[in-house]
Amino acid sequence: MIELKNIQKSFDTKDGKFQALKDVSIKIQEGEIFGIIGFSGAGKSTLLRVMNLLERPDSGEVNINGKNLCFLSRKDLLKERQSIGMIFQNFNLLSNKTIAENVEFPLKLAREKKSERIKRVAECLEIVGLTNKKDAYPVSLSGGQRQRVGIARALASNPKILLCDEPTSALDPRTTENILEFLKKINKQFGITIVVVTHEMEVVEQICNKVAVMENGEIVENFDLKEPITEFHSEIGEYLFKHLLNLEAKVDYVI
Amino acid sequence: MLSNILNVLPEILTALGQTFYMLGETLFVAIVVGTPLGTILYLIRPGATHHKKVLYIVLDGLVNIIRSFPFLILLIAIIPFTRFVVGTAIGTTAVIVPLSICVIPEFARLVEQTLLDVNTGVVEAAESMGANLFQIIWYVLYSEARAGIANVITIITISLLSYTTVAGLVGGGGIGDFAIRYGYYRYKIDIMFFTVLIIIILVQIIQMIGNRTVRVLDKKK
Ligand SMILES: Nc1ncnc2c1ncn2[C@@H]1O[C@H](COP(=O)(O)OP(=O)(O)O)[C@@H](O)[C@H]1O
Ligand SMILES: [Mg+2]
Repeated sequence: MIELKNIQKSFDTKDGKFQALKDVSIKIQEGEIFGIIGFSGAGKSTLLRVMNLLERPDSGEVNINGKNLCFLSRKDLLKERQSIGMIFQNFNLLSNKTIAENVEFPLKLAREKKSERIKRVAECLEIVGLTNKKDAYPVSLSGGQRQRVGIARALASNPKILLCDEPTSALDPRTTENILEFLKKINKQFGITIVVVTHEMEVVEQICNKVAVMENGEIVENFDLKEPITEFHSEIGEYLFKHLLNLEAKVDYVI
Repeated sequence: MLSNILNVLPEILTALGQTFYMLGETLFVAIVVGTPLGTILYLIRPGATHHKKVLYIVLDGLVNIIRSFPFLILLIAIIPFTRFVVGTAIGTTAVIVPLSICVIPEFARLVEQTLLDVNTGVVEAAESMGANLFQIIWYVLYSEARAGIANVITIITISLLSYTTVAGLVGGGGIGDFAIRYGYYRYKIDIMFFTVLIIIILVQIIQMIGNRTVRVLDKKK
């Protein structure tokens, strides 16, 4: 379970302090695919990066499976990060390493045995269907294939949690669909909790169980997508989700 | 003309040997000292996670100051230091000290620039996997920047070749010194022409090897 409590984060800019996260609390249960949607600059990436402490909050708690990451020693934090995978909008693969070497990378960092590494790399490439590309370099792959390598790499160390920062925003619609299918599959198959930051509604609609809407460093809406949406607390919430508004449910709710 | 050249051929070979000696030793020092220095500059630069304000200002300033010295002046200015390090300020070995001091900051600066070109997203990805600083430097920065660093080595080797010509002033010898002695002091135009030709060919070869290495190392294209 991921539980953020009262997270505040500000950045020093040349115009003074900029408050990127204003008292954000969020609770994500095990096995969920949790969406965080909002416009550019809302603070989504910052919030996601707080979850593995790539960004250390000014105040608040970051509890991952009951452990407050803020209190861990540097060494323990690095260890903890190995069980939290992350994928990125621009894939961020090592360009001078082959696909297999890229997937092997987190295992190398964790000082796994060579034989174990080879085995795991093969498994992960199999999962994303890129076994035949193992000796290729990232440059020769399409965007969708690169993101699949990103997924394989994130899976390599058997994470419990996968953080996704705009995983499909650099991809065309068809490839987007394909990547979302992979995310859904690994959530089902391995029970990995997925947090996905996006500005695309289709991502939320296609894979998320729950979603939080962010605006100006705050969470302004929380929806459980298994239940009908009955009311809005914000303009942006209405703007994004009005087509999902269930009027009948709303009537029930009002009465 | 040919007989003139044949006459001095043994001397040219000795001079070439001296040049390669100076080049090799200095390049070694430049790589061993300049790479970590450039890496430190990159890591502690303003805006970086490991930013160290005072240390950056000191190192950055030092690099700039040394780089602004013309080699000839540096060579003379540090004679006491050279004598302290190698016991003498004269000769091929002695000239390696000023050569190194001259080229280390240049090398470091170019390494820093090369590292700045590394996609910070890849560094962030490694951090998200729990990489420590050493692992990030070794597996990410140097891996991503390896073609750039090969290019830096090429550039520095060619600059060094030109710096070594001044070595003659302190008895360092080398092919440049040879060219000056025969061409300038003795007006042996044919011999000087021949030596310049050798230097041009050397530069071409170094550049060619450099380019080829860069191409092999760079998997981005
Ligand atoms: N390292 C930083 N330094 C200064 N400002 C930052 C930094 N990171 C993010 N910000 C600012 O914080 C705000 C939120 O950024 P971000 O979390 O990337 O938004 P989103 O992912 O929702 O587009 C933006 O206005 C951005 O400019
Ligand atoms: Mg973002």
